[in-house]
Amino acid sequence: MTARVARRVVSDYLVPTAALVGVLVLWEAATRAFHIPNFIMPAPSAIVGEGWEWRYRFLDHTWVTLYETLGGFALSILVGVPLAVLIVYSPVLKSALYPLIVLAQSVPKIAVAPVLLLILGHGEIPKVIVAFLVAFFPVVVDTATGLAATPPELLDLSRSYRASAFKTFVKVRLPMALPFFFAGAKVAITLSVIGAVVGEFVGSDKGLGYVILSATSYWKTELAFSSMILLSVMAILLFGAVSLVERLVCPWLAAESED
Amino acid sequence: MIRLDHVAKTYRTRRGDLVPALEDVSLDVGENEFVSVVGTSGCGKSTLLKLVAGLTPATRGSIHVRDQIVREPFTDVGFVFQQPVLLPWRSVLDNVLFSVEMLGLEPRHYRKPALDLLELTGLGGFETKYPRELSGGMQQRVAICRALLPDPGLLLMDEPFGALDAMTREEMGLELLRIWEERRKTIIFVTHSIPEAILLADRVVVMTPRPGRIARVLGIDLPRPRTMDLEFVPRFKAYSDDVRNLIFSGRKRP
Repeated sequence: MTARVARRVVSDYLVPTAALVGVLVLWEAATRAFHIPNFIMPAPSAIVGEGWEWRYRFLDHTWVTLYETLGGFALSILVGVPLAVLIVYSPVLKSALYPLIVLAQSVPKIAVAPVLLLILGHGEIPKVIVAFLVAFFPVVVDTATGLAATPPELLDLSRSYRASAFKTFVKVRLPMALPFFFAGAKVAITLSVIGAVVGEFVGSDKGLGYVILSATSYWKTELAFSSMILLSVMAILLFGAVSLVERLVCPWLAAESED
Repeated sequence: MIRLDHVAKTYRTRRGDLVPALEDVSLDVGENEFVSVVGTSGCGKSTLLKLVAGLTPATRGSIHVRDQIVREPFTDVGFVFQQPVLLPWRSVLDNVLFSVEMLGLEPRHYRKPALDLLELTGLGGFETKYPRELSGGMQQRVAICRALLPDPGLLLMDEPFGALDAMTREEMGLELLRIWEERRKTIIFVTHSIPEAILLADRVVVMTPRPGRIARVLGIDLPRPRTMDLEFVPRFKAYSDDVRNLIFSGRKRP
């Protein structure tokens, strides 16, 4: 191991880990030294302890939230990508759909959630819909941007070879849009988590959002904290999964450019 | 091979204004001839290529290629643009094969010719690289291979070396001539470099802008194969002065 590699390991891994551990130690020490009650600011050890005690119940709740998140995310792609295609290919549909999409995006989703739950009732489906509503916008906008980003010369080239519009779409425009699509999908997956939790806040008896809400009403702040940590870990893992798929589908993005 | 007869092209802008891009252009280009088109920006050089390729219809006049009137794109054409516009997700080899694929031919049958072309342009061994791993000059070579692979009779080049640095540019020009000696075809080469236009072509079409018109067509009587040294020959200097005067004569000097 050369000195340069060693320096990189230190700056990339050791420094952030040390900083995190430092914060946790300070936090633990402060709550003990000043006798801060758990319901105001629980110590890290109390959060971990509570989380461990809840491990089996957490399994169920995490699964429900994960399911709602993935449902909303899948829906945002299934609806968002075709919408983007329509917008790019038809000027009429563009002027018809774009204002509607922007309108749907501007309505605060947290305000829509109670109405949706009223209409759709309880269960997971309304939360999937809320997650979808929160997440679909970046998918539509980024995919549409990507589809429109094909250089006009390439379209001329395809036309000069008398290739059909469909062939040009499949072989040129769609792959050209992939990096943009993934940029949108990465935002969408984290937004889906938020959407699912918002849906649970409004009315549910399952899921990590529900656990946070009921824990705070019983002054069990350490339980709320462990749910939040689970939610963050879930969001990070999901983001990582989308990034991994991106790297598998678009291997050329990783290729280093020659200097 | 190509005959343009009093061709005019007028564009309509978004606001509905009519903008004349080309006015009364008549030109004959022979089989296997190398013709450069030179002029300032806005003289309709790129429009001229699009018209010849059938990508856009002429407003007036007629265009014939091999005695066929051009009304729509035809497949005997290769295009090279100022930017290489390669597909970043495809390897160098698959980028070269893109042309035959879009033509609806079987790419498997073109692997060997594609590799030969890459070898010819000094890209042997790079076939599995991605475009972004190559320099600008190498990317443009890939674009040229892509255009050459279906072996078109007509090669349309729209400032193909305009985005390259001056040294790479001269090198690429002579390389293009070398390829052209080996695989003869008709080339229309648009540029705004006067020395480049003279060095490469059999004839130089000098255009003036707004609307684009042909000022004059100069025959270039310089020996082939052309070399960089020709730029110091007195006749080269004379051609260059002629072109410069034609382009700038219509303008007021400051």
